[in-house]
Formats: sequence, structure tokens, C-alpha cells
Amino acid sequence: MLRQAEGRHMLPGGAMVPRLFRLADRRQDTADTFTMMLEPTDGVPLEFIPGQFTMMSAFGIGEVPISVSSPAKVEGPLQHTVRDVGSVTHALARTQIGDVVGIRGPYGTGWDVEDGAGADVVLVAGGIGLAPLRPAMLDVLRHRQRYGRVVLLYGTRTPEDLLFTDELKRWENLGVEVLVTVDYGTPSWTGRVGLVTTLIARAGFDPRSALALVCGPEVMMRFTAMALIKRGLSPDRVRVSLERNMRCGVGLCGHCQYRELFVCLDGPVLPYARVAGLIGVREL
Amino acid sequence: MDDIRGMVLLLPGLQLLIDVLRESGWTVRGPTVRDGVVVHAEIESVDQLPAGVGDLQDGASYRLRERGDGAVFGYVVGPQGWKSLLFPSRELLWSGHRTGTEVDVEPADVDAPRLALLGVRSCDLHALEIHDTVLAKRAVPDAAYLSRRENTFIIAVTCSDPGGTCFCVSMGTGPVPDKDFDLTLTELVDQEGHRFLVQPGSDRGEHVLDELMTRAVGDEVLNAARTDRCAAALVGSKAAQRMGRSLDTDGLRDLLYANAEHPRWDDVASRCLACTNCTLVCPTCFCTSVEDVSDLSGTQTERWRVWDSCFTNDFSYLHGGSVRPSVRSRYRQWATHKLASWVDQFGTSGCVGCGRCITWCPAAIDITAEVGAIRSGEG
Repeated sequence: MLRQAEGRHMLPGGAMVPRLFRLADRRQDTADTFTMMLEPTDGVPLEFIPGQFTMMSAFGIGEVPISVSSPAKVEGPLQHTVRDVGSVTHALARTQIGDVVGIRGPYGTGWDVEDGAGADVVLVAGGIGLAPLRPAMLDVLRHRQRYGRVVLLYGTRTPEDLLFTDELKRWENLGVEVLVTVDYGTPSWTGRVGLVTTLIARAGFDPRSALALVCGPEVMMRFTAMALIKRGLSPDRVRVSLERNMRCGVGLCGHCQYRELFVCLDGPVLPYARVAGLIGVREL
Repeated sequence: MDDIRGMVLLLPGLQLLIDVLRESGWTVRGPTVRDGVVVHAEIESVDQLPAGVGDLQDGASYRLRERGDGAVFGYVVGPQGWKSLLFPSRELLWSGHRTGTEVDVEPADVDAPRLALLGVRSCDLHALEIHDTVLAKRAVPDAAYLSRRENTFIIAVTCSDPGGTCFCVSMGTGPVPDKDFDLTLTELVDQEGHRFLVQPGSDRGEHVLDELMTRAVGDEVLNAARTDRCAAALVGSKAAQRMGRSLDTDGLRDLLYANAEHPRWDDVASRCLACTNCTLVCPTCFCTSVEDVSDLSGTQTERWRVWDSCFTNDFSYLHGGSVRPSVRSRYRQWATHKLASWVDQFGTSGCVGCGRCITWCPAAIDITAEVGAIRSGEG
């Protein structure tokens, strides 16, 4: 028997009560990262915009914020790409097909990639930061003619950490300039080695009008944003996706505060201009 | 002609007020002495009130004293605010039951008893107003808080004897209750005797006063005389002049934003134990965490919301480590949130000047002194 909570717009339980989603399929992306394909048990799909996240529950273990990695406004399962790094993500990693997980949300701001229409779009991803950018990329490719040049700059620690490698080739075939680099090469690696910021100078985009979406570790986003601005982008046209501890997703638990910002409500996606004065302050 | 209604209650009249409220279905919570501290508890009789009890408060110090005048509201504020009644420290969100691969999730019921809060100080009234903004007037409100708040009757009281750590005057939050109460009391102890001027602040309050007048059989409830009003006004104005602390709030938000790297934060960190006492006694701190509790078989699970504190290492934990591993950054976060970023988030300061964080800090860290040091440029 499955029963769904009513009145989930209010606390408690309300907004804190998860909806139930069943694991329909699962893909192991790298040694520690996997993608969950989830179907709502009540048949009502989750509507979201690219860049938003949900609070995912492993029953009896806990709840964590995870960005949506599936395309928006397209039929198909809800996808979350998860790295197995903590107790909840480890429990999610062990979820079997047919098992039920909890989902609350979606929460937060989106990439609003449509602001890049008529101009070039630059997506810069570090590590698992490619997952939250994937819905934005798929949105751009669905409306390819609206955009100018589309560039993906993608850096990971090692070649083994590269996500969505089949898809990267497909995107390249669709005319996306895909530049990949790794921090540490392996003997068989013939690609670039170095930080993702080194790709910014060689990518083909018009910095005067381009929209940049950046997602990765905070230090990577900071240096990437600075390099993009140095190349000529306006700080308003550089968007970053922040990560903070979150326990509610609706601005009540206080954990995600970044000085005056609630990252769950005001973010996770924010213009770099909004956080430029905060991101360099240690332990803020 | 005074257009504010008012009555004077003698101590038996205060008992009658408690009786009337109880008979109308309110559970009265008011001050009483337990373990050497004024706490709130269910009150049935005026005999439970802290008669003749005052308090001496300073950094890391709280002592009760004998006042010798029988005043029942002669103390200031104890460690507890009222928030634990409206925003419990542990609250069940939902429970779940797993059968094979199926999970059944049941939202928790909200328990919202009708509570009459007796003896709410002006600082704590403002703290309630802040929680109304933070918890209820949000895109996603805390419905449990909202229903408890709606079931709350407030009997405020004017502070007559502010404590050594009080600074409500600086924060513009006291000492005289000016709004958001059903009834407000001013305790008078002088040559005219021990009595309480009671004034209504809401229709509900008016009705209770009408009921009191009807029920009074002797002189325990009287119409207030002009002299009573004058004496009551004096209680508040005298109290305002006797604040133990002060805080210069001029440009405070910008001052703290501009001084995120001030060496004073290191100095505080050398004294702060990160014990979380300040956040637990603070009547406006609202941060929570969630805990999953499961039985051994893993079939029965519950999710609880619990008070949390920005002073813990776990509070800001992300994979790989905490955003704020140092005590320096945690104290900075707390003080900056309370006095600066709160203004951006909610339109008011998050501090009501109750002084609890100073009194109950085991290291006697004083937010007014720390901010004062930053303002004066001291390391």
C-alpha cells in the first residue's frame, strides 16, 4: 500500500514530508557516481526548471539536497546524479531497482539559460558540477537555433571521473565546442591536463554578450568567474551554483545561510555579481 | 479623560484572572522558581509565582535574591524564552513504515494547546513578533508554529527591575510592552499596597477584563485611579534608565559586513567554547536540523526536527569538511546574522536585547562588548 501525504505545502509534516519515487533504473557513471532514474509512485511528474534541486531521502538514514540532472519539460524519469560521499548518498547508492526513495521539492533558483538567447552560451563544469548543468545544456540543444556558439568547458580530477562521456560526444556532434581537461592524467590519457580555467582563453565565444553558467567546487567557480570576467564577461552574465548544508530547502532551517542569502531560496544559482564580495571571505 | 481602559487587581484579583483564563480553557504558563532559576511552568495559583524573588545577572552569572517586597514579577528574564512552547526543541515531522519495497509516510499531527502566557516581557514580545516573521510569514510557513501561535493568549508585564545584562532600550524593544498582547500588567508595590494595573490590548483581553469585573465579589478588582496610571508609567520610565548594558546600533549592519576580517573575531574565538548556550537561550534563534530515527529492523522510521546551533562543527558540514571549521567564523556568523544579515533577510534586527546570551555564556562573552570593540577598532 502506498499513501501520499496531503497538504504538503505546510510544515510539519507538510513541506517536510517527502513524495515517494521508485527507482526505475540506475546507471553507474564512475566509480563513485551514479544516476538514479526515478518514477513518481503517484504518477504525477515533478515539474522543475534546470538548476533546481530536490531534497532526497533514504528512509531511516536521512535527507540531502541533490540537483536534478534530467531535462526539464520532457517526459521521462526524474534523474539525479549522485556521488557516494556520505551516509545518505551511500544509502542511495545501495538502493535497488524497485525501491522507494523520498523526494521533496524542487527548490531554489534555476540557470535561466534562456537569458543567453541571441548570444553565445558558455557552460563551465568541475567534476560532478556537470550534472546540474546537464538540464541547461539539453534545454539549449532543444532550442539550438536561439543561441549562438555553445561551449562546454569541463574539468575533472582524473579521466576516470568524467561523467556522461557518451553524451559529450553527442553534444560535440550537435555543434557544441566541448573542451575537456583533467587535473591528473593517466598513461592512456591523450587529452589536456590542467585546470578548467586554462580552457577559458582558448574557447570560442564572444565575451561581450556571452552568458556563462558555472558549476563545480566553490574555489573552481571563483577562479573560473574571475577568468571569465577577465576575458570580458560582465559579472551579471556569469552564474554560479552554490552548495551549502541544507536541512529543509524552504529557508526555515538556517543551515544554508551565506551572510544574508538563504542558498536554498536565493540560490543555488546566483549571478556572480551577487556573491563576488562574499566568495573570497574565508569560512563565511 | 483617559481613553485606555484599565483596572487594578490585588493579588486575589490576579488569582481570579488565572481562574477565569483556566475556566475558559486556557492552560496558564507563568514564572516559578525551580533549581534556583525562574522558569515557566503551568500556573494554577498565585502561590506558585516567584514572590519577593529578584535576580542578579551579569556575564556568566545568574543569582536569585530576596527582594523583601513580595513582588511576583520582580525578576527579569530567566534562561527560557517562550519559544520552546511555540517552537518545540524536538518535533516529529512524519513517521514512515516500510513493507518490503513499499513505504508508507504519515505526517505528524500538530499539537496546539491553548496557552495563556503570563508575565511576557517586552523583549520576549518582540522576539515572538520576530518568530512570526521568520517562521510564519514565509513562502512556506511553519504551520505548526502558526497554529500554536493562534492558540496563545498573552499577558505581558512591564519590567520594573531590569537586569545587569539587559539592553532592550538600545534595541528599541522595551521595557514597556507596547503591542501584540491581550492584557498587560504593571506591578505596583508602594505605600498604596501591592497591586497590578491591568490594561487590555485586544478584544479577547477586553472580554477577560469584563469577566473579571463580573466575577469580583470584594475589592480584589477595582477601577484604576489616575494615581495608579501615573505610578505605572513611572515604573517603565525608571526601568528604561537602568539598563545594565547598551549597544550602539547606528550603522551596525554595514559595520559588521565591513569587518568580517576584524582581529576581534580571533579574540572572541580564544574565549568562546562553542558550547551553543547562547543560541539555545536566545529567544529568536530558529535554526533546526532533522534527525531520522529508525527501529533495529529498519521498517519503522521517524523524522524529527530538532533545534540546532550554528556553533557546532556539523552545522555547515559538506562532503569534505565544514564551511566554518573555526570557532572564529562561527561566532562571526552568529553575531553577524543576529545584528546585520537578519535586517536584510527579515527587515529587523534579530536581537531584542534580553541579555540571555551574556548571562548564560559560561565564558561571559558579551555581544555588546564584542560589537563595541569592533566599532572602536580594538583588536
